[in-house]
Amino acid sequence: MSLTDTADASTGLAFGDEPSTVQENSSMDVSTSDIPETAVGQPLVSDPKMTMRNVDVFYGEKQAIFKVNLDIARNEVIAMIGPSGCGKSTFLRCLNRMNDTIVDCRVGGQIELDENSIFDAKLDVVSLRARVGMVFQKPNPFPKSIYENVAYGPKIHGLASGRTELDEIVETSLQKAGLWDEVKDRLQEPGTGLSGGQQQRLCIARAIAVSPEVILMDEPCSALDPIATAKIEELIAELSENFTIAIVTHSMQQAARVSDRTAYFHLGYLVEVNDTETVFTNPSHRLTEAYITGRFG
Amino acid sequence: MSEVKSTIEKVNAGLGKRYRSEKMFQWFGIISICFGLLCVLALFFDIIGKGHSAFKHHSIEIPIMFDADKLGITDINDTKQIYSANYDGVIKASLRELFPNVSGRTEKRKLYKLVSNGSYLTLQKMLLEDPSLLNQTTEVQLITDDDIDTYLKHFVGKESEFERIHAEQVEWLATLREEGRLISHFNTVFFQAGDSREPEQAGIFAALMGSFYTLIVTLCLSFPIAVAAAVYLEEFAPKNKWTDLIEVNINNLAAVPSIIFGLLGLAIFISFFGVPRSTPLVGGFVLTLMTLPTIIISSRAAIKSVPPSIREAALGIGASRMQMVTHHVLPLSLPGMLTGTIIGMAQALGETAPLLMIGMIAFIVDIPGSVTDPATVLPVQIFLWSDSPERAFTEKTSAAIMVLLAFLIAMNAFAIYMRKRLEKRW
Repeated sequence: MSLTDTADASTGLAFGDEPSTVQENSSMDVSTSDIPETAVGQPLVSDPKMTMRNVDVFYGEKQAIFKVNLDIARNEVIAMIGPSGCGKSTFLRCLNRMNDTIVDCRVGGQIELDENSIFDAKLDVVSLRARVGMVFQKPNPFPKSIYENVAYGPKIHGLASGRTELDEIVETSLQKAGLWDEVKDRLQEPGTGLSGGQQQRLCIARAIAVSPEVILMDEPCSALDPIATAKIEELIAELSENFTIAIVTHSMQQAARVSDRTAYFHLGYLVEVNDTETVFTNPSHRLTEAYITGRFG
Repeated sequence: MSEVKSTIEKVNAGLGKRYRSEKMFQWFGIISICFGLLCVLALFFDIIGKGHSAFKHHSIEIPIMFDADKLGITDINDTKQIYSANYDGVIKASLRELFPNVSGRTEKRKLYKLVSNGSYLTLQKMLLEDPSLLNQTTEVQLITDDDIDTYLKHFVGKESEFERIHAEQVEWLATLREEGRLISHFNTVFFQAGDSREPEQAGIFAALMGSFYTLIVTLCLSFPIAVAAAVYLEEFAPKNKWTDLIEVNINNLAAVPSIIFGLLGLAIFISFFGVPRSTPLVGGFVLTLMTLPTIIISSRAAIKSVPPSIREAALGIGASRMQMVTHHVLPLSLPGMLTGTIIGMAQALGETAPLLMIGMIAFIVDIPGSVTDPATVLPVQIFLWSDSPERAFTEKTSAAIMVLLAFLIAMNAFAIYMRKRLEKRW
């Protein structure tokens, strides 16, 4: 009760003028009635790496994302949390236009990478995806050797001029992904023969082998056990020195551990964005608070 | 003690019924498999029972004197003379020498009919290869006439049942056997020759080569076209009314009776484009039309079965759609595509009706050397032989079926081998 009131006061948002309504809201009501027009907190930053303005996503007739405005700062880790079906994965997939591959999916609004629109006809989607890499929910190594998995990206983009250079890229990528010591003696074995956690790190190595500027991670640990998860989280912390990372996660603990900023999505709306610490200790919006305290989701 | 049954009691009460229906289902399965196997066994038993004798043939070994005068050869280096020499006269003389008691025209004709009337070719070939045989005497094995061979295989001791053999011939053959001049050997002619009106000279090789060339043409055309169509429809084509229409029509095409494709081939390929008739080329064109839908449908299924996560992975690191298809989707779906292709090819191999319309039912004696030579194919050859009145063609028909089946089994085995080799797990 008191927390909700504080949130109300601090943001100055008008919802539930009468005390009775507040009373009602503090229970299990998760309707969209009190979702703010613009996200609470600090969705915008100065000198952003990526900017999204008024992003709408439709699957056929159904709208999945509503007018999202968000900036991603350079070299930050931004976590996107929210209950199932809130559109956080859909939103993430807009950032490197992976939604293009889905029939019936339409994206509206403006998304910019280094102040250039990613929908620009001059910007090829191939080069966009080379700059904005992606790691998926389920580890999906190619049914090829470990070496081939990592070398594939550099090969198709022509990043290596010779065999030695390619070997070098593979080694450094695997090292950065913390997998080198485990696989250096069996690079020619199939990548699908590794354990789940190793496979996911292989996928991360594959993504960073093309030296992207931004890495999108779509629930990278949801299929992994706690130990493998811990390894990936460590890796994210290390990678954040060189890369900008946007991660979607189901686990609030994970968001709290790895991210600098946290964005809370609710039913297709971006509700709140703030420093991770602020979001978890002092959420501004009622829904955020309800979610992180485990009242739904 | 309540009357209400507990959950576990209810479960246990129903268990017997469940197991019974499971057992029954299993038995249905086993019975239908047994029935299928029985049919296949009966088929094989029948065909092999009828056809195995065609792989053997009888020859008569007789001393032949290559008499230059009788042959009419004056200059051994003149191949023209060797080709037109009178070998029949030499053979007849040798036979008369073996049985000097035979007299009278009818008797002699019966004697001459012991050996195939194509025997002169054997002698011609011998003399061409070794001219020094002239004026020499050598033992030569001459294949028997088809009636004699049939008698020797099936009616020894039951002469009355086979009216095409004469009592004198039976006697002579008994004498020849005693002298060790009657030899049963593997029927090489059957695997080396083309068709012939004389069963003992008829072979499967021309039809085999015809089938081979036709299938090569079919494969070279249908596989790339079908794979390209399947990839386009699955990976690139927008999903709208037009692609739905195309899909429906591909499925319809698979159900069109094959004779229609033959008529189409006749009207379009032969009449309009002037492709030579009776050739493996036009046969391959027609069979391509027929196998395309089969391969397209199975290729699409194979492409669909590639997990979308692999596609996302490729696109996610910036592969273009074409790279995604050629580097990942195609290698992974190739085993499935090959299976479909082999099924289509097996269908094409056994197809007769459309080929009748484009003249591949011709009587082909020469072995086709290329896709533009007139040819026939195995099933058409089987059809032709099964229609022939000579008794010896019965076993040849069955033997040809055995060759066709062997060809099919070899093809399928190759397909399974390729699939096993290319298969990858993910």
